[in-house]
Amino acid sequence: MIGVRLYMLQRLTALIMAPLVIGHIAVMIYAVQGGLSASEILGRTQGSLLWALFYGTFAVAVALHAAIGLRAIIHETFGLGGKSLAILTLGIFALLGGMGLHAVYAVTA
Amino acid sequence: MSDDASLKVSVWRGAEAGSFETFDVPMQESQTVLDLVAWVQQNADPTLAYRYACRVGMCGSCAMMVNGVPRWTCRTHVSKVAKDGTVEIAPLRNLPVIKDLAVDMDPFFDKWTAAGGAFSPTKSRDDTVEPILPETPERREADAAIECINCAVCYAACDVVSVNPDYLGPAALNRAWSLVNDVKDGALDARLTAVSGAGGCHNCHSQQGCVAHCPNELNPTASIAGLKRATVRAALKGRI
Amino acid sequence: MKPHRNHPLWYAFALHRASGLLLALFLPAHFWVLSYALTDAAALDGFLRWTDYTMVKIAEFGLVFLLAAHMFGGLRLMALEWLPWSPRQKTYAASAVALSFCLSTLFFLSAV
Repeated sequence: MIGVRLYMLQRLTALIMAPLVIGHIAVMIYAVQGGLSASEILGRTQGSLLWALFYGTFAVAVALHAAIGLRAIIHETFGLGGKSLAILTLGIFALLGGMGLHAVYAVTA
Repeated sequence: MSDDASLKVSVWRGAEAGSFETFDVPMQESQTVLDLVAWVQQNADPTLAYRYACRVGMCGSCAMMVNGVPRWTCRTHVSKVAKDGTVEIAPLRNLPVIKDLAVDMDPFFDKWTAAGGAFSPTKSRDDTVEPILPETPERREADAAIECINCAVCYAACDVVSVNPDYLGPAALNRAWSLVNDVKDGALDARLTAVSGAGGCHNCHSQQGCVAHCPNELNPTASIAGLKRATVRAALKGRI
Repeated sequence: MKPHRNHPLWYAFALHRASGLLLALFLPAHFWVLSYALTDAAALDGFLRWTDYTMVKIAEFGLVFLLAAHMFGGLRLMALEWLPWSPRQKTYAASAVALSFCLSTLFFLSAV
């Protein structure tokens, strides 16, 4: 159910995300000290093109990566294949990508 | 080891539907799991179906599930696998059961063919024999993969095979990798296409059950990784 | 546990699959909460106050562990596929888990 092109996309997004995940965990460790507040987070992110690019890339990559991963799990667990599996994969990508980019816009705009 | 000691041997009876039947089998020194099965068939129930040929680990026909683990039974000592004097012997996992311990190997060999397992020669008998240097990297890869005896132990150990019916499996993909590295073979792109479909090498999750259980200590996971690299390079160049 | 699965690299697979699945299920909730920043910053603050509870901190520790384990486990898999074969697969899998535990513990100690 995973051909060579989905495989390449899966590994490419993984390579892109590896440094982003390390960055994200580093930000979390830094930010969580002394508790979290909306003003503290938004003060850092709002109006920042850099954070928008960082998390925008992250959101698109994770939507692709998770959609392909869930595709394999769905096929192997429920035996779903063919057109319905293709539509579900695209649906998961669209949902995660849409929600992700909306969230990035919300905290950086 | 005293002569009157015996083992409780549970043997699968029936086809897909069936149940275990337990036999008391006398213990002997240096006894193999295949010896247990043979004793049952020769002394307790001649209708027991099982498959073997060479008894020395070359032919690959006697593999079975022994206490839930796929093994070549002719080279597995009872002393290594018996638990509290019991051994459970079942037909290989992931293949249709014909009767008792004999499975239908057709899906296994059909996938071997589907993965481009047949050698595709580039020369005829009229050409001179091509010298093959054993120390080239390609030949080393091919030599490592070529020792497979097609016992289907890896196929039975693989969880991807059980959940993805199209998946070609470790042995077929390992065979494809040995031919990808064979300089005498002329069907590279066709083979890379054959291992890139819905059941191709990219579905491997690198669980390495094949590596853990291969009786010849081959490494199908490394072969499959090689196919992943070769197919990606071919795809980037637009060849597949 | 089926006996044929009882080897360390199968457990590494199970961790990679479980962490990937759980992270994918967590993401929509994560994105949904963050999107409150646009419409209702007070609601976002309300969500963030949950993180003061110890139970939530432990859950966050779990999430950071899953994220780190999926990343290090994924790097291990890509190294397996794309670098020359190493016989130390079990060591790499164990190291990935150990590193993930260290990172998530560092996060937990910063959170409490």
